[in-house]
Amino acid sequence: MASSIRVRAVESGGVTSLKALVRHPMDSGFVKDSAGNVIPAHFIQVLTVSHNGKDVFVAQWGPAVSKDPFLECRFKGAKKGDELTISWIDNEGESDSTTATIA
Amino acid sequence: MTDQRRRGFLKGMLGAGVAGFALGSGIVPLRVQAATAPDASDWPQKAFKTPGVDATIAELYGMEATESDQITMDLPTIAQNGAVVPVTVETTLPNVTGIALLVAKNPNALAASFEIPEGTLPFVSNRLKMAETTDVVAVVISDGKAYKATQNVKVTVGGCGG
Repeated sequence: MASSIRVRAVESGGVTSLKALVRHPMDSGFVKDSAGNVIPAHFIQVLTVSHNGKDVFVAQWGPAVSKDPFLECRFKGAKKGDELTISWIDNEGESDSTTATIA
Repeated sequence: MTDQRRRGFLKGMLGAGVAGFALGSGIVPLRVQAATAPDASDWPQKAFKTPGVDATIAELYGMEATESDQITMDLPTIAQNGAVVPVTVETTLPNVTGIALLVAKNPNALAASFEIPEGTLPFVSNRLKMAETTDVVAVVISDGKAYKATQNVKVTVGGCGG
């Protein structure tokens, strides 16, 4: 199964810039389908970026984050070739995780 | 490192196998979490259910935020599609430990809250949904105090239609 997370991490001048795109419906629970039934809320609650086993960024998301969420963050202390782990879990307990190498 | 990846891979395979078995045998499939799944137990349930900017900041951080001109917000002044509004926040405030994004007129104001550990720059870019023309508020926790900046976005098509 293809990962739901696409990541690009680039190190430049000691700062690593990470861009991540996650495939997820991010249903808010306020939207009705064509039959008038409320689509239940289904959204990512926590997304973490870790480097060498340490969280370098933690995002807590609510249903107001757009569908297929995009995130960009920057941190110091990593170098080219290092591995990052990006993981998320949603309000229904589904989760996914991927690793990326810093370019 | 290689061993760790192998471990993750093996666990993943095991998980897929268990889910497949559960489906095949008609048992309600248990959700199998990846080995590295983050912990959602400290997700601020109440803060995400609070309407209004000030009440949400109070619920999330337990304090009031003061206006600051050291927070830079980059977002469109007119959003054609309220379902996808890119918001970027950056600050020159020192010792930042957290950033939160709030959409004033959404049913629940809090859209996202970020933890900024030491070594991570106080910068974040995210895409948010907003129902109508509204203020977007960025809250930054610096030296244990809360600061905020506000910018208005005109939404021509609401974001609640999905």
